[in-house]
Amino acid sequence: MERSGVEALYRLDDALSAEERAVRDAVARVVDGEVLPVIGRHFREGTFPAQLIPRLGELGVLGANLTGYGCAGVSNVAYGLGLQELERGDSGLRSFASVQGSLVMYPIHAWGSEEQKQRFLPAMAGGTCIGCFGLTEPEAGSDPGSMRTRAVRDGEGWVLDGSKAWITNGTVADVAVVWAKTDDGGPDSVRGFLVEKGMTGFAAREIPGKLSLRASWTAELSFTEVRVPARNVLPGVQGLRGPLSCLNNARAGIAFAVTGAAIACFEAAQAYAAQRRQFDRPIGSFQLTQEKLADMLERIVQAQLLGLRLLRLKDEGKASPVMVSLAKRANVRSALEVARSARTILGANGITDDFPPLRHALNLESVLTYEGTHEVHTLVLGKAITGIDAFG
Amino acid sequence: MKILVTAKRVEDPESKIKVKADGSGIVQEGLKYKINPFDEIAVEEGLRLAAKHGGEVVVVSIGPKEVQEQLRHALAMGATKAVWVNHGGALDPMSAAGLLKAVLEREKPDLAILGKQSIDDDQNQTGQYLAEWLGWSQATFASKVESLESDAEKAKTPAIHIAADGKSAQVVREVDNGLTTLSVKLPAIVTSDLRLNLPRYASLPGIMKAKNKPIEELTPAALGVDASPQIQVVKLSAPPPRKAGVKVGDVQELFTKLKNEAKVI
Ligand SMILES: Cc1cc2nc3c(=O)[nH]c(=O)nc-3n(C[C@H](O)[C@H](O)[C@H](O)COP(=O)(O)OP(=O)(O)OC[C@H]3O[C@@H](n4cnc5c(N)ncnc54)[C@H](O)[C@@H]3O)c2cc1C
Repeated sequence: MERSGVEALYRLDDALSAEERAVRDAVARVVDGEVLPVIGRHFREGTFPAQLIPRLGELGVLGANLTGYGCAGVSNVAYGLGLQELERGDSGLRSFASVQGSLVMYPIHAWGSEEQKQRFLPAMAGGTCIGCFGLTEPEAGSDPGSMRTRAVRDGEGWVLDGSKAWITNGTVADVAVVWAKTDDGGPDSVRGFLVEKGMTGFAAREIPGKLSLRASWTAELSFTEVRVPARNVLPGVQGLRGPLSCLNNARAGIAFAVTGAAIACFEAAQAYAAQRRQFDRPIGSFQLTQEKLADMLERIVQAQLLGLRLLRLKDEGKASPVMVSLAKRANVRSALEVARSARTILGANGITDDFPPLRHALNLESVLTYEGTHEVHTLVLGKAITGIDAFG
Repeated sequence: MKILVTAKRVEDPESKIKVKADGSGIVQEGLKYKINPFDEIAVEEGLRLAAKHGGEVVVVSIGPKEVQEQLRHALAMGATKAVWVNHGGALDPMSAAGLLKAVLEREKPDLAILGKQSIDDDQNQTGQYLAEWLGWSQATFASKVESLESDAEKAKTPAIHIAADGKSAQVVREVDNGLTTLSVKLPAIVTSDLRLNLPRYASLPGIMKAKNKPIEELTPAALGVDASPQIQVVKLSAPPPRKAGVKVGDVQELFTKLKNEAKVI
């Protein structure tokens, strides 16, 4: 089965519009030509392929599901297909796009002032302005309501104090959407602040020692009496609903995107199984290998059908957070299983960065944890099923 | 100025092509299709010339409704409008040239750029027929001067250079031993070679804009052209399968094999 084979089995192309296929193919072309040849080296060296940012801007994939302000305005399905192709390259690249589009451009688009939209969105769509999203803190992960970062009024503006951890793009971002408590400090007091590079008291430090998403920037941010002018506060949202809506938006894309990593792993395993010979025959002729490949293909097809349905519902305005939780949980787990299984088919070669499976498997460990951990999504589903909240 | 370019739908060269058992054609099940790569180069050159001199790029394709995908691709790259000649039957270079001639007579472009050939049946004739039948000048195999160092240098010496008065064009073409430069009167037919340019990628905003650009539908009957082919494909046969290679242990063994078995050294 060649590239088109994974999708051809269930005639997935027939379920897509011409533009959706065109978007996927346009992104795939950049990934094949410019990402795959260099990504192994970036992962090894722990660097983000920054030279690709202007290409992503030209391609128009950043925030592509938003309309106006220089954004392409494609459907959520088309956007998901684009993310899937980026993920097929590397989850670090896809994470860059998810943060930029769903976690930074989206809240500015949804709740920003007209001036904020004009100032940030076209530049972010073009890749000349990079954003990051600061919700998680050293002491507040799955429970963002316990965040400590505080903003206190200072005349017209605000003064921000606190820190954020595990912030993708943090070290290079021109603008950070930082969520902080205000006034009484209750969960409803949370507001979004646009903290810009160079503001006094704002610092970012790269987190060393990552064994996952190595081709991605991940930072710790600190805010010491950072003066944020009134025009840099998101006027349209208050409370945890703000960051949670961003995450819900990003997760839907991620649920679809992770099949890209699974496809890359499946294809590597399939090719290897055909060519590697032991006991005088291709390892693909052993039933155990065939079972692994059959399981992998099954998971990919299931994930794609689920992801596609989710994004179609999102396009119709009918996707609920529970649907998003189920799809994120199911598809990330499937992709991780596919990657691990592909790794075993490649034997010793499978543990190197010359082949994609272990790189993807390691990356997917982060995807399992960020955007709501696997366990947190289980609790969301558990609550929806039983009506009983098991969070705390 | 008005530039007309072509966008034939061909099998994706990365698909695995299988010949049907009876040799009557290829197996179409599961194949992917795309714009003929030489045509994509023609579209790109048309867009660059239009950007430089002002004007519009009209893209034409002949075939069943699926060819609208290739037209949309060219529109997404930046072409202004498309003409679709709705024709389900077989085509040969003469029938394609006959239909294109009728389209060109309606559209009256200053320049038409076609791929030098399409990668499905590699005929390399359509542009030549077209120029002959229209009585226009022709410059085939337009190509870029590869020896120039930088992209900026290359941009200064484009392969197709329109004269200031818009009445003629200079075209650099690739020939066996190097390059020739022709001056042709406009309107003219130019066919593109592989090294003419590197086509841009269609962007996502481009794909969305293409949705609202017009595709005009024509038929051979409306154009008054009898499109029945004069050439019939009798049989296709696949190349013989390649024999599996052998692995050699060291350089010495390679030499011995090249000398004694392959007898090439
Ligand atoms: C590479 C990477 C990039 C990231 N990028 C960003 C970013 O850009 N912006 C941002 O804000 N954050 C980001 N994050 C942070 C991410 O969202 C958090 O890691 C995640 O929310 C989990 O928080 P935690 O790591 O503090 O784990 P914890 O919340 O401390 O969880 C640890 C373990 O306990 C489990 N657990 C916690 N609570 C419960 C419960 N009630 N019941 C059962 N199990 C529970 C968890 O599932 C997990 O297994 C990123 C993380 C990574 C790894």
